[in-house]
Amino acid sequence: MTDRPSDSLTDRVARATPGVVVQKVRGLSDTAIAWLFISPTILLLLAINIFPLIWTVYLSFTNYRANRPGRPIEWVGTRNYERLLGSEDIWGYLQATAHFVVWTMVIQVVIGLSLALLINRNFKGASFWTTVILIPMMLSPAVVGTFWTYLYQPQTGIFSYIINLFVAVGPVDMIGSVDLAPWSIIIVDTWMWTPYIMLLCLAGLRSIPEYLYEAAEIDRANAWQKFWYITLPRIMPFLMLAVLFRGIENFKMFDMVVELTSGGPGSITEVASINLKREAFEKWRTGYSSAFAVILFVTVFGLGNIYVKALNKVKQ
Amino acid sequence: MRRFGACLAAAALSVTAVTAMSTQEVQAQEKELTLCWAAWDPANALAQLGKDFTAETGIAMNYEFVPWTNFADRFINELNSGGKLCDLLIGDSQWIGGSATYGHYIKLNDFFEKEGISMDDFAPATVHAYSTWPKGTPNYWALPAMGDALGWVYRKDWFARPELREEFKAKYGHELEVPKNWTEVKHIGEFFQGREIDGKKVYGLGIYTERGSEGITMGVTAAMYSWGFEYENPDKPYDMPGYVNSPHAAEALEFYKSLYDCCTPPGHSDAYMVANLDAYKSGQVAMQMNWFAFFPGIAKDEDVGGDKSGFFVNPSQKVAASTLGGQGISVVAYSDKKDMALEYIKWFAKSDVQKKWWSLGGYSCHVDVLNDPNFPNTAPFAADFLKAMDGVKDFWQEPTYAELLQSMQKRVHDYVVADQGTAQEALDKLVVDWTEVFEDDGKL
Repeated sequence: MTDRPSDSLTDRVARATPGVVVQKVRGLSDTAIAWLFISPTILLLLAINIFPLIWTVYLSFTNYRANRPGRPIEWVGTRNYERLLGSEDIWGYLQATAHFVVWTMVIQVVIGLSLALLINRNFKGASFWTTVILIPMMLSPAVVGTFWTYLYQPQTGIFSYIINLFVAVGPVDMIGSVDLAPWSIIIVDTWMWTPYIMLLCLAGLRSIPEYLYEAAEIDRANAWQKFWYITLPRIMPFLMLAVLFRGIENFKMFDMVVELTSGGPGSITEVASINLKREAFEKWRTGYSSAFAVILFVTVFGLGNIYVKALNKVKQ
Repeated sequence: MRRFGACLAAAALSVTAVTAMSTQEVQAQEKELTLCWAAWDPANALAQLGKDFTAETGIAMNYEFVPWTNFADRFINELNSGGKLCDLLIGDSQWIGGSATYGHYIKLNDFFEKEGISMDDFAPATVHAYSTWPKGTPNYWALPAMGDALGWVYRKDWFARPELREEFKAKYGHELEVPKNWTEVKHIGEFFQGREIDGKKVYGLGIYTERGSEGITMGVTAAMYSWGFEYENPDKPYDMPGYVNSPHAAEALEFYKSLYDCCTPPGHSDAYMVANLDAYKSGQVAMQMNWFAFFPGIAKDEDVGGDKSGFFVNPSQKVAASTLGGQGISVVAYSDKKDMALEYIKWFAKSDVQKKWWSLGGYSCHVDVLNDPNFPNTAPFAADFLKAMDGVKDFWQEPTYAELLQSMQKRVHDYVVADQGTAQEALDKLVVDWTEVFEDDGKL
């Protein structure tokens, strides 16, 4: 039984399939076969995504602690949620998170879009500069956090040195100062992730047909009008998508901030995920931290849904 | 046929050789122990000491040393997950409550009795702190391994300069000497802050301010203990209001903040052992607080060692007291090699091994070492170490210690470094946090 040269791979697989299997498969409908193929993936998703989610919701109503396996699990109703929502500290962590997310988004959109507009002009060496700009995005956040602690070092760091070139203010303690620490993490995140926004904006800019600008030229539109009436609406879906991805990522931000400030000074930069980790894996208050995780999940999910609806409207 | 026979013999020989090698490997693997500890100077000394154990018993020693910043996270998670990585663990004194309660360590009483190891051979303060749970009862979960307390180091050479001494006395009305109390610590800190010495700008003090693990708590309690701080009502366990947030506890905390504000180098807002060591060794600060464990390294340091540095015990304000460091060595209950691990403990408890341990740079807790009349002369900090160990106080050693510690880290860092609220408010909030922890744990 030799393969004929004209046979497709499907034909050859069909011929190689044992008769018993063929008999069984022939009895199945197309839908059943489709289910047969996707069921392993669905089972995997159920096992690693849906089940932990349901389990977390269950634990959030208990006093469970993962470091005390023998201790009976007690149902505590909504006590964990009441404690969380009534805690001044939790609102402080959420406030720190919101400050970080909002400012990083605003600054990164402005700089990212500007860079994309610049790179889109296709000047000499544009590809080289695009690659250079993308480098920070390729680094590990933990590494970035660690080396920025050196750059921010008030006495020997280059950041303080550069500031003192312009204003002689002495050593600038970015990480230890209550006023500057929230900005220190925003600066590093902006340095690292603006290229991502730029990249998506660039994709948007390159998708705008040239004839729109030619028509605008004929209508004697100025540069601002071209940007406002053609460029911005056309790249808005790309921009919003970039903000959605980065917003969700920054809401969960952990590694970079831990390396940079450990949440300090005090709890000034203790974003929600750092506190969640402390509650879950340092204090081992599993039930309580599950409730916090559920609150964060609902927040991100809710905000994400509202945003996606807005994004769809913009697309239409 | 002869050829076939030769091949068969060769194959049989190969199989035998491979089997023999595997058996040897398995035996070698079985005859080894893994000891887990923090990555610091004394750990290197212990690895050096361990060679004697291997020579004596044929048991190879592996070491898992983790930096202090991840030490607690790494090994507490290991214990909680029932991991078999560590056969022996030199865990922090505060872990003993949890490790005994949740069965992470094996109880050593029967073993000590069988092998004739007496806890009377070890300094009482170290046995109490590193070995017993519940506290003060003769239930032993570890052998005191590394005595330690928080002490201070100062630039003896700077203090000896006549022009500085003169200026200091004119300003503060007392000599520029080892401070007798915390007020004098502040005087010295203020005096050196921003001063130029040998053409270089220097600062006053390196104190603990670290947020992530236990740093600022260890530093703040050094001051609070000197002000007579108590964790609870001595007659009523877990009764904290009026003790944890007493007026003198608030005064001590306020004083510590004033040290941070007046006398630390720029950027010293998240500093623990290594940051203080770096600041001191690079000639940036006149004094630093740090664990005695680091003092042998400082005494030998090329830049600041020898006559350039002096050592002193934590100064008193109202009472003489020092923050306890140090650890006991325990056998992990999940280990498959508990017998060999116990053999190591038996060996480590020997008087001559303990003497060598001290000579290599480890801090022995054995009375044969500490009560030796010549002990205070064996190192420039030895006498102060004895003094410190006489008045050590430790943080809670409860099973919930991690929660208690995290709450304190937050409250005191919020106040000292982030300038939020008052000292009294910080301690009042701490009482609320700790009460909640003990209520959850069923102790209140």
